[in-house]
Amino acid sequence: MALAMKSAGITLGTGYPGTPSTEILENFSARGGRAQWAPNEKVAFEVALGAAYGGARSVVTMKHVGVNVAADPLFTAAYTGVPAALILISADDPGMASSQNEQDNRHYAVAAGLPMIEPSDSQEAHDFFLHAVAVSERWHIPVLFRMTTRVCHSKTIVNTGLRQELAAPAPPAYVRSIMERVMIPAYARPAHRKLRQKLAEIAKSNETSPLNTRTSGVRTLGIISSGIAAMHAREVAPDASFLKLGTTYPLPMRIIRDFAESVDRCVVVEEGDPYLADSIRAAGVPVHAKPDMYRFGELNVGRVKRILANDTSPEEPVPSGKPPQLCKGCPHRVVFEAFRDLGCIVAGDIGCYTLGVLPPFEAMDTCVSMGASITVGLGLRHVLPREQAVKVASVIGDSTFAHSGLSGLVEMVYNPPATGHVVVIVDNGTTAMTGQQEHPGTGRTLDHEPTGKLVFEDIARAMGIKEVHVIDPLKEEGEFARLLAETLAKEQPAVLITRRACLLAAARIRAYEQRALQGKEACNADGK
Amino acid sequence: MPTGSDVVNVVIAGLGGQGVIKASDILADVAFRAGYDVKKSELHGMSQRGGSVSSDVRFGKKVWSPMVPFGCADYLVVLSSDQLEVNRHVLKEGGVTLSAELVDVSRLASPRCINVALLGALSAHLEFPEELWNAAIRSGFPEKLHDMNITAFQFGRTCTKTQQ
Repeated sequence: MALAMKSAGITLGTGYPGTPSTEILENFSARGGRAQWAPNEKVAFEVALGAAYGGARSVVTMKHVGVNVAADPLFTAAYTGVPAALILISADDPGMASSQNEQDNRHYAVAAGLPMIEPSDSQEAHDFFLHAVAVSERWHIPVLFRMTTRVCHSKTIVNTGLRQELAAPAPPAYVRSIMERVMIPAYARPAHRKLRQKLAEIAKSNETSPLNTRTSGVRTLGIISSGIAAMHAREVAPDASFLKLGTTYPLPMRIIRDFAESVDRCVVVEEGDPYLADSIRAAGVPVHAKPDMYRFGELNVGRVKRILANDTSPEEPVPSGKPPQLCKGCPHRVVFEAFRDLGCIVAGDIGCYTLGVLPPFEAMDTCVSMGASITVGLGLRHVLPREQAVKVASVIGDSTFAHSGLSGLVEMVYNPPATGHVVVIVDNGTTAMTGQQEHPGTGRTLDHEPTGKLVFEDIARAMGIKEVHVIDPLKEEGEFARLLAETLAKEQPAVLITRRACLLAAARIRAYEQRALQGKEACNADGK
Repeated sequence: MPTGSDVVNVVIAGLGGQGVIKASDILADVAFRAGYDVKKSELHGMSQRGGSVSSDVRFGKKVWSPMVPFGCADYLVVLSSDQLEVNRHVLKEGGVTLSAELVDVSRLASPRCINVALLGALSAHLEFPEELWNAAIRSGFPEKLHDMNITAFQFGRTCTKTQQ
């Protein structure tokens, strides 16, 4: 992806880290591309949208659930369109290798009205991306580039000879177009009609797109598939006739119909929801969908074999490996020990510290979405009987706080529960969960250079929260537990920050800090 | 299982931080240098937290799925012996297991080289020329780690006792 982004002349790549999407921007940056982490996916999408409005080819990357965060601007960006390419890369996680749900983001293409392109291996990731840029610029529309874990976290051979000659990007410049970009109702109504017109044209164009490939085989079995599922299917049924779809919205219904009519039995093999099967059937083309048991989890060669045999007998359970654990040396373990020992009701959040839910702590009661610890905690405080309400605490990591914690703090100040509330920010100085990415609280950019820094305690105080404490969780044994007990007893809105670098990241963080210091000294020396 | 009879399937398993991914990268690189179609797939994400990690490498004339089908692995390389049982289902009948205890870790420059040492043991079963392995190891590590890993690889090549 990074290579294709360079080839396509992408001016700006932005996003928020999330498995399995994170490596795209890191590699784009390593190859000399301009890449930056945004505090969250909505911000990232809007920055990329602005860049595209300014005439620059832009990419925004995120994991599947990140698109929920970015959905607000996404739907309206479909109306406004873009003068230069804007590609949203959504990395879905069927089977939830590292996610809280396995939502199927193909539905977003339909819901927002955005063309969708899906690669099935590294070669297609490279080639299809260039097509996506061309589609985006031909119709002036953002494109949803949907990948999944086994496409993202696999390596297959890539021939880098460009399959498609892209026009060189025009230099960015603002061209005013008020009716297209200011979505007051009077302008949005025609914009919606225009969007549907574009989609109709793209649907027609998809009928002849080279991204959809037909392979002739036996007449007795035809398989319609896309993405990684198509690879499994080719392996299971090498003799079958195949229609592999790369443009999965709008669907090229004419070639689908032709293909289905050319075989005796046509089976749709897809991972996740029955999106293709439902759409194809809704168009009046009879196809076999997979049994519902296969909408759960990833597909693989064995499961696709069962789908083709319409086998619904119970599947053999796969032995589960060793689950991840909160690191033995994690300095923030004291937080979960204290929650456990004080019998807290803990509204948790997304990050490695979610592992505080496992023994020996079992010190987490909810985990839903980025930032929900603070707000779910407040909701619990509002309604629980007093003896329970006073035990509610929220715990959120530093990167998650920068992502979606700020508005939760605003809510705490604006609608404080009668019993107050305690928010614990476990600040390990990195986005540890996804592999130690920077975020606004670290004061370093994606490529670890110094930049502006968000200081959580200053923000909390500026919001009017009086009880704000920052402690080193390792400094003195039992100190955090004492502080937590005291703060809970005060029944006021409070923020406790445990600050100590992630053990796995500490050495690197020290090196970045040293490098920054040396840079500063060199600057000062030059200044004199 | 119609995997294409010429496809060789290798699963490398271990715990987060042991170098499972690195080992599979090197193996995939060797197969690529040897002119094969090769695909590699892994699951990670929370793996840094000490959980199970496994990576599939498949090579041959043409590879479709990047994942080794259950019961089809020709070789199972296990960097942490407690990961053997949870991965045994991937092995085909008569498939070869190369487990950590095959290598006397005390004879390695660092216990961290166990991944490359086990690649050495695996290499004794595969028909790749040694210079391809050396080249892949060199391109997979920074220069200061070259000697250490080449030595570990050579040592691993002598550890050929296998389990079924």
